[in-house]
Amino acid sequence: MKAKKTVMAIIRNIIAWIFSAICLIPLLLILFNSFKDKKAASKMNLYLPDLPIQWSNFVTVIEKGKLAASFINSLIYSAGSVVLCVLFASLAAYVLSRNKTKLNRFLYMFIVLGITLPINYVALTRVLQFLHLNNTAIGIILLYTAMQLPFMTFLIHGFVARVPVELDEAAVIDGCGPVQLFFHIVFPMLKPAIATATVLTFLNTWNEFVSPLYFLNRTEQWPMTLSVYNFFGMYFKDWNLVCADILLTSLPVLIVYLFGQKYIVSGMTAGAVKG
Amino acid sequence: MNKSKRYPGYFASGALIIYFVFFFLPGIIGVGYSFTDWSAYSDKLHFVGFQNFKTVFSSDENYMKIIFNTLWFTLVTTVLKNVIGLILALLLTKSIKFLNLHRGIVFMPSVLSTLIIGMIFKSILDPKSGLFNSFLRSVGLGMLAQKWLVSSELAFGSVMAVDIWRGVGYIMTILIAGLLSISTDYYEAASIDGADGWQKFRYITFPLILPTLATTTVLNVIYGLKVFDMVYALTNGGPGKATTEVLYTAVFKKFGTGQYAVGTALSSVMFVIMIFVGIYMIRIMTKNEVEE
Repeated sequence: MKAKKTVMAIIRNIIAWIFSAICLIPLLLILFNSFKDKKAASKMNLYLPDLPIQWSNFVTVIEKGKLAASFINSLIYSAGSVVLCVLFASLAAYVLSRNKTKLNRFLYMFIVLGITLPINYVALTRVLQFLHLNNTAIGIILLYTAMQLPFMTFLIHGFVARVPVELDEAAVIDGCGPVQLFFHIVFPMLKPAIATATVLTFLNTWNEFVSPLYFLNRTEQWPMTLSVYNFFGMYFKDWNLVCADILLTSLPVLIVYLFGQKYIVSGMTAGAVKG
Repeated sequence: MNKSKRYPGYFASGALIIYFVFFFLPGIIGVGYSFTDWSAYSDKLHFVGFQNFKTVFSSDENYMKIIFNTLWFTLVTTVLKNVIGLILALLLTKSIKFLNLHRGIVFMPSVLSTLIIGMIFKSILDPKSGLFNSFLRSVGLGMLAQKWLVSSELAFGSVMAVDIWRGVGYIMTILIAGLLSISTDYYEAASIDGADGWQKFRYITFPLILPTLATTTVLNVIYGLKVFDMVYALTNGGPGKATTEVLYTAVFKKFGTGQYAVGTALSSVMFVIMIFVGIYMIRIMTKNEVEE
């Protein structure tokens, strides 16, 4: 009986490693080949890179792929939408959760419906043209914010309910106005939800690719996802460069994932599981 | 101080305005534009009735194939992500060394850009130099080496496989949270009664994980119907005529060629379907919230 249990445990561990390997190998492929020269990388295999490591790939990519500019673009779009989305989502979630009138219930449902609704990009061009926001950073930031608001409002709404209302009442007796009450008392209590919303909004907007594809015509405005795709089209024979470009583009996301895994998992499972 | 004063409505206005103008409004006016001949070639709009919808649903065009592809993609990826995700979740809630490392690795593809994953797999599935075929040849299974993304029989399956690879970690993570919320008392009681592993799964785990599976199913369906990046990066609808074309790659092509009216009609069909999916989803998600 005991021997059978040990065998089962070993088999389980092996299966777990096989699954992990299947998930990890494609990513290792990119890592290894970004350090190789053009000839070795053209085979796109899993052999370890020969020494010396080709750091020059990264320099070439940053220059030819205009990565510095697109990195700054991505940063502006993501940071802008994180600030707007977290601020407006928490304000809305707070009011709609605390004051549950019929109208507010409806408005909450209306916003949350956006989690499933698709965006009509074709008709959106009309709206952006009308507002003179086509091909502008502000247009992209507002669009990203609109796309992320439904889920983030849902996420924070669930959390507001757990902040005791007695806190509000005490603050009001002490003479807090509504604005003070929110920013000084409630907002700090929402920290875990705010952290999750920040990390998720950052990831989603950093990876976003469709809106820039539709609405940003000028290469100078492109975020990293769009320029890496474009680079891939031009240098598809130089896999060493493509891999280096992919690696640099994914690096911010991987760093955020490493440090923010807790928040990502709690946010992504929010609402999916009871308790 | 009454509630409306303490929690002023204007707090919600920022979110409501941005969401309405940039998200909901395009959906509504998009439905309106579906009844016109809007295109890049003419400034004037004419009312054309159901002309665009006739085009979309007519049998001599490719659109029915595209809609079928989208539904097929949604069905296959939803089922397989749930099944494989559940197997992984069951495996990674057992006593295994480096448990968190395994969970972290399997979840990792879900945080990377779908577009980039598409590019990576374009290399891996390359018929000649790709890693996958090289691997098959090196272990003596060379006869299984295929033109994964290039042959019209295999391309759609390959696209779905890559998408399952990408998304299964996310589903697994949700299911793990669901499994961990099942009280261990049930299993202890079942052990005392002499239940074996399969009976425990059949009569305890499975019924209690069903609500979580309902949620992952809805999430997968929403994702599947809206899929764009993965198909765009891997095959862009090809090879041949609409082999792997889905709704959103078709909409983007109509946008590119300036046929805005057909593009917005396709989007509107989706918009209306998703309102119903959405109402169903809200029921599931907000039910959990209330019970908390």
